[in-house]
Amino acid sequence: MAERIAVIDYGMGNLRSVTNAFASLGASPAVVTQPDELADAERIVLPGVGAFADGMQNLRDGGWVDALEEQVRRKGKPFLGLCIGMQVLADRGTEHGSNAGLGWIAGTVERIASDNGLRVPHIGWNDVTFTPGHAMYDGLGESDAFYFVHSYVLRPDDDSVVSGVCEYGGDFAASVETQNIRAAQFHPEKSHRAGLRLLKNFLEWR
Amino acid sequence: MALKNRLIPVLLLQNGVLVRSELFRIHQIIGNPLHEVDRFTEWNVDELVYLDISRDDRYDLGREDQKVAGLADALGILDAVAERCFMPLTWGGRIKTLDGIRERIARGADKVTLNTALVTSPELVTQGARVYGSQAIVASIDALRHPDGTLEAFVDGGRTATGLTPEALAARAERLGAGEVLLQSIDRDGTATGYDTDLIARVVDATTIPVVACSGVGRFEDYAAGIEAGASAVAAANIWHFKELADRAGKRALAKAGVDVRL
Repeated sequence: MAERIAVIDYGMGNLRSVTNAFASLGASPAVVTQPDELADAERIVLPGVGAFADGMQNLRDGGWVDALEEQVRRKGKPFLGLCIGMQVLADRGTEHGSNAGLGWIAGTVERIASDNGLRVPHIGWNDVTFTPGHAMYDGLGESDAFYFVHSYVLRPDDDSVVSGVCEYGGDFAASVETQNIRAAQFHPEKSHRAGLRLLKNFLEWR
Repeated sequence: MALKNRLIPVLLLQNGVLVRSELFRIHQIIGNPLHEVDRFTEWNVDELVYLDISRDDRYDLGREDQKVAGLADALGILDAVAERCFMPLTWGGRIKTLDGIRERIARGADKVTLNTALVTSPELVTQGARVYGSQAIVASIDALRHPDGTLEAFVDGGRTATGLTPEALAARAERLGAGEVLLQSIDRDGTATGYDTDLIARVVDATTIPVVACSGVGRFEDYAAGIEAGASAVAAANIWHFKELADRAGKRALAKAGVDVRL
């Protein structure tokens, strides 16, 4: 029987791209709109575009916070956060005021400093250098280009969770991986072959 | 290792079919709205901009052979585009409300463009950025160079003058919350005479967000001038329809000019 991949719909944007990408890999992702649906899922994906404050607000209002805590943190189900779904893992965000995050990754979400003529948002294809010892990029060599579109980055307190590094006005965490949690600031669902490989690795992750 | 300059095809949808445009006035049918998307996905292109330039008050063009069954409206076409598009997708045209933004993003657009709304409902830019983030809101600026050489921004498909310079409207859009500028030149549209690099440089200087240059590309060698003028990405429409291997040849021309692109 096919595994149940739950893609969380919490009102933060582009779910269709994520489900389309998983479907192209032969998986059967299910968009879930109720927190109790996570109990039946083997893998959990938290996508999302938008602002940190709205993302957290929607997670709280929808009752997702406790369900995620239970299914991901306590039961240890493989989890993939994408874009805002990575940022909300932090202790705290600073977009539209200071707001508490899920606190799974110690650190804060901060705006990319637009000095020296650096254009923000950071939009486009940029190289991610993979940190040895993390499995989320298996099969992709040492680096590859992925599609970014964001103004904020998660700055983890502990560098050992950083699985990929990107440079834009200085190095930042393009992705994190710790225990059963993986997350990427870029959009694998929009990054052609390299992105699809990362999603495939997530599907095969034990 | 750095952020690459992007090369972006722009597709124009008018009443259910793809069209080519000239001077924002003349539109000729190119064909099926999905075939090009398949080709671009196959080619691994950087990004796709899809603009719905249908007029609310016009009937379709009567070419039933080029239409896709069941795709009666632009949103149905967006659904079908998103299904086959594993690259970033910007969707624009006829977006007037926050609901309109939500609907397009929910169907698979990563970004939406606003043009007329920049002037008629500027609060929509701010609301859209508030909910979806600045990176999802693209200010689509259409500039006309008057015979005396001065530049003016137009809205409503190039039909309504704003009294503002393109750089002033772009700067205002950035202040409102837009995260990117899609810059088109009405007088270069479809002319294959190259970018209006002075226009691009003015808008780049007036903003701190990425600027996507468009309008005027006739040869692959024209792209590099857009990057030299300060654009973060270069876009074109017609050349993607009329030249073979338009992505690879365009990237090669950019790389040859010393531009860092994703090959």
